[in-house]
Amino acid sequence: MPIALAPFLIPLSALLLSSVLFGAFVWMAGATPSDVYQSIYRGAFGTWYSWQNTLTRAAPLMLTALCTALPARLGLVVIGGEGAVVIGGLVAALAGIALLDAHPMVALIGMALASMIAGGVLIGLVGWLRQARNVNETISSLLFNYICIAILNFLVVGPLRDPETLNKPSTHHIGETHMLGYLGDSSIHMGFAFGLIACLILWILYKHTTFGFAVDMVGGNARAARLSGLPVRKIMLLVTFMGGAAAGLAGMIEVAAVHGRANASLNAGYGYEGILIAFAARHHPLAIVPMAILFGGIRAASDLLQRNHDLPDATSLVLQGIIFVLVLASEAIYARMAAKSGYKS
Amino acid sequence: MNADDVQWLNVFIAVLGGATRVGTPFLFVSLGECLTEKSGRINLGLEGNLIMGAMAGYGISWLTGSPWLGVFAAGATGLVLGFIHALLCQQPRVNDIAVGIALMILGTGLAFFLGKPLIQPSAPKLAAVHLASWSDNPALRSALEINILFVVGALLAPAMAWFFKNTRWGLAIRTVGESDDAARAMGLDINGVRMLATMAGGFLAGVGGAFLSLYYPGGWSEGLSSGQGLMAVALVIFARWDPIRCLYASLLFGGAGALGPALQSVGVTSGYYLFNAAPYALTLVLMIATSSTKVRSRMPGTLAAR
Repeated sequence: MPIALAPFLIPLSALLLSSVLFGAFVWMAGATPSDVYQSIYRGAFGTWYSWQNTLTRAAPLMLTALCTALPARLGLVVIGGEGAVVIGGLVAALAGIALLDAHPMVALIGMALASMIAGGVLIGLVGWLRQARNVNETISSLLFNYICIAILNFLVVGPLRDPETLNKPSTHHIGETHMLGYLGDSSIHMGFAFGLIACLILWILYKHTTFGFAVDMVGGNARAARLSGLPVRKIMLLVTFMGGAAAGLAGMIEVAAVHGRANASLNAGYGYEGILIAFAARHHPLAIVPMAILFGGIRAASDLLQRNHDLPDATSLVLQGIIFVLVLASEAIYARMAAKSGYKS
Repeated sequence: MNADDVQWLNVFIAVLGGATRVGTPFLFVSLGECLTEKSGRINLGLEGNLIMGAMAGYGISWLTGSPWLGVFAAGATGLVLGFIHALLCQQPRVNDIAVGIALMILGTGLAFFLGKPLIQPSAPKLAAVHLASWSDNPALRSALEINILFVVGALLAPAMAWFFKNTRWGLAIRTVGESDDAARAMGLDINGVRMLATMAGGFLAGVGGAFLSLYYPGGWSEGLSSGQGLMAVALVIFARWDPIRCLYASLLFGGAGALGPALQSVGVTSGYYLFNAAPYALTLVLMIATSSTKVRSRMPGTLAAR
């Protein structure tokens, strides 16, 4: 296989194999695979309406994927995206309520900044614990997920609850006029643009700046980086902060563009799916975009699968699971190639 | 005693009873995770095993009429998921954390998909042993209904500790977990040992799932598990890779989980979410205290070297 094509061919063959397996699965469940695929295509990418649906769902996924992808360049496995989304959304709602009387632009900027700082401090803390106390970042970020969700539940059920939200305890509303708008006359909210721009900026930062080079150096060999005078601690803190800020912003988008309030809907699995998207994109900020769109599309197609084929709503979860397992397994092919040819990826 | 005291006594009894009832799934997943991590690999996907086990156990119990056959089927399902995890993770450069999360999503999806027809029917459940039939306090009686699976798990914990300490196989698992080089020098098949440890760990997590659907809370629904499987990793750290401490930790987490509903029953409705977070915060504090370079943690060497 030509080495230059490997980053495209390997994930594509993993996707192809996934669709064969998934086809066999739905066939055993009594559906016709070709019809099911047609429905997925129509529900995800077939019409302008479904594209809008897909891109809306991809928005938070891009940002939570960055939360894992950025620290991964340093060799850290951070899985705290879920907690950062929750705490970012909660703090964004608080900022939105505090800025109810402000100009909408001021309120939105305030909410975005607050959410990024909250998420950034959370994952930054994970990074700090790692370098100052040698605490495993994977486990500490997993624990922070639970702690953040408990804090959210405590606050929206207790002190911050809007008494008018009966069935789903939530904070007060941030104000209809302060909601995040849509792109043009589509129904895609601005959050998609936020995600896209974040991936682009971080790609430029990693690929084309000395900072990105320093990050790769620390990731390659932290000791060597320290000996050559790089501020390893600062870099680690900054990178984990940026990852957390991205996921925090995803929380703000969910509040400001979708729910209008902070509530348990923030804890919808975007963080965990983001981890896998980051791995599937091999932690490359630009590759995250198509991966997030693909999985956003599978989420969007779920309704159509239920309606047209009488398949349970978990069908899309099965498809996601199969794709993730195979794409992760395909990582081994790169390793085999590297062993054969000395190719570094 | 006045009525207020009785109320708080009942909360206390409910927490004690909840410790065994809510804690049993924690016990099985943490023993499973402990076994896997001792061999030097983290399986973050036990949530998938738990939910698949719950579904398969319920389905088989309904089809065959035998809840114990259901428990066995749940374990077998977990074994298969453990096999897939180990098979993928022994490939070069494949990350065990990511594979775990992927298998969690796949296992959850498969369980929800295949479990759709199981929401309505009622399968035979595992029976409980009533230890407090002498008492006329209903709260105490329900608290002392002990399930046999809990007893099995509680006996398994010291048995596993003994296994690690005194058997050849236990030594093999510990060696593979401590150091690749030492394991190779002893002529051990590293991937083979990790494969067996992950499969056995997956089996235990599946059995934990059967407890959820066949005893408490019982029945099959998509909201059956509340993340007990995902917490296995934290529990094992909390227990410092010691099976007997896994038992204590599971009882503690179970009691903490039962505190919320118990408080709710006496009219305390908010605030208990913070109690739910307590075990996780405690685990974090413990990790920070033992991870520093001065205090030696009991983490298996190959995990600590990451």
